[in-house]
Amino acid sequence: MAESPFASRGASRIWAHFWMVLGVILVVFPVYYVFIASTHSTQTILRPPLPLLPGPEGLANYGDALSGGIGQIGGVSLWRLLGNTTLIAVGIAVGKIVISMASAYAIVFFRFPLRMVCFWLIFITLMLPVEVRIQPTYKVMVDLGLIDTYPGLILPLIASATATLLFRQFFMTIPDELLEAARVDGAGPWRFFRDILWPLSLTNVAAIFVIQFIYGWTQYLWPLLVTNSNEMNTIVIALKKMISFADAETPWNLVMVTSVLAILPPILVVVLMQRWFVKGLVETEK
Amino acid sequence: MRRTVFPHKFLPWLLLAPQLLVTLIFFYWPAGQAFRQSMLKEDPFGLSSTFVGLANFRRVLSDPGYLNALQVTVVFSLLVAFIPMAIALFLAVQAEKITRGKGLYRTLMIWPYAVATAIAGMLWLFMFNPSFGTLAWPLKQLGINWNPLLNPNHAMILVVAAATWKQISYNFLFFVAGLQAIPHSLLEAAAIDGASRRHAFWTIVFPLLAPTTFFLLVVNTVYALFDTFGIIHAVTGGGPGKATETLVYKVYNDGFVNLNMGDSAAQSVILMLIVIALTAVQFRYIERRVHYG
Repeated sequence: MAESPFASRGASRIWAHFWMVLGVILVVFPVYYVFIASTHSTQTILRPPLPLLPGPEGLANYGDALSGGIGQIGGVSLWRLLGNTTLIAVGIAVGKIVISMASAYAIVFFRFPLRMVCFWLIFITLMLPVEVRIQPTYKVMVDLGLIDTYPGLILPLIASATATLLFRQFFMTIPDELLEAARVDGAGPWRFFRDILWPLSLTNVAAIFVIQFIYGWTQYLWPLLVTNSNEMNTIVIALKKMISFADAETPWNLVMVTSVLAILPPILVVVLMQRWFVKGLVETEK
Repeated sequence: MRRTVFPHKFLPWLLLAPQLLVTLIFFYWPAGQAFRQSMLKEDPFGLSSTFVGLANFRRVLSDPGYLNALQVTVVFSLLVAFIPMAIALFLAVQAEKITRGKGLYRTLMIWPYAVATAIAGMLWLFMFNPSFGTLAWPLKQLGINWNPLLNPNHAMILVVAAATWKQISYNFLFFVAGLQAIPHSLLEAAAIDGASRRHAFWTIVFPLLAPTTFFLLVVNTVYALFDTFGIIHAVTGGGPGKATETLVYKVYNDGFVNLNMGDSAAQSVILMLIVIALTAVQFRYIERRVHYG
């Protein structure tokens, strides 16, 4: 690979490292801070400043939090919260991929009346985020009996203009010859999809999955609206409830453990699937 | 244009059905209801409603509380649109100067993207909590009476800091991509002409980054307007007083906590118009990029 034209030597490069280290500290410190806090006792946490290194209570805190300690604060076990959030994040990501791929497939590989109308109907939803239609959407959820249900948490979020656009763009790059050859061989829509299109789409699917998993995991306003029961909370909402009822008795060490476990899964997904993450980010935002 | 297609007439509708159903039920119908309600006035028991035209809009737009939220939103959005961009551009330029270890820096820089906005707010609240925040402690030692829970300016600084922190990684990734797309020959030519690096940056690199900068400006504005709801809700609840009550927070509060349907719907419609305007701006820009790029 050619060297970047910006590459520097000597003092300039040392300064560049200096600024990058400072930037990384700024970016990583809040996450590091909460991790450190999660390994100390509540007494240590409440007596600032916090030590900069992990404390001796780590195992005890995590053990306590995972074996029922959180249940005593919020009424729901940490496992349940993590399970809910995982189910919602995976449900949203898979749901978006399935329905967007199906719609893009219909729009690109078939000709039917109102085809472009359908495309625009999907496209315009970009301009209608939940935030601008909070109240009436809530009413629809009540009328359909979807409050405090998993479908209620997942279904309204799986419509995806961006994923549909991305798959449409990708499908349009598939050469006509490939489809012709498949049809000569007698392949119908399903076989063409399964044997040719799906294998070619895998990197796009992975990229969209990473982005949408994070989108699902970090949802806030929607779960806040459609859940009343603590049983249905996501970990983010549960955490907010823990700190808003904070008093002298709040076991801050367990709150910190919960924070770490709320942050860790999506960070792992981003770091381990970095290549797809960057691709997904750059391409879904076009 | 694709020449070969499948001849089926019914199948494509079946494939489109799930997406269309979800958008009609959860997007178009509620959005339509918001428009309808914005022109109705409900009696206090919600039993009947009368058509009042634009009266709700007139009342909302002359309500000092709404104008305050508008002002808070403008200040908050300007800060959250520009500060992460400035920090990210500076860091992206530094990262490009480095040949070894670039990948490691990038991996560490993208963490906050994966953190929920509400949790980003909570992390900053933990650090700057007036009673036990480790970073609030030195402020107190310096004699600053730091208290984001009581002081409106401190509250604003805290939510802007949290919102900025979360958005740096996104801006950083796009600026790195933008910098890598700048042709080597241009910079070499500038170097041969004896231009200093600083001069070359402001006269060549920065103008060439304009599309990225503009794109990020729109994305950051949308982020500041809508996605930061979690930070406000989790950290300040719009307070102290109404110092951090943004437009989206107010829609939520009026519709859910105060149960004022007509006003909340009128506010929703105003927000919808803002999103439509921003999206239009974004697409004009994309068209331009297609033409010249």
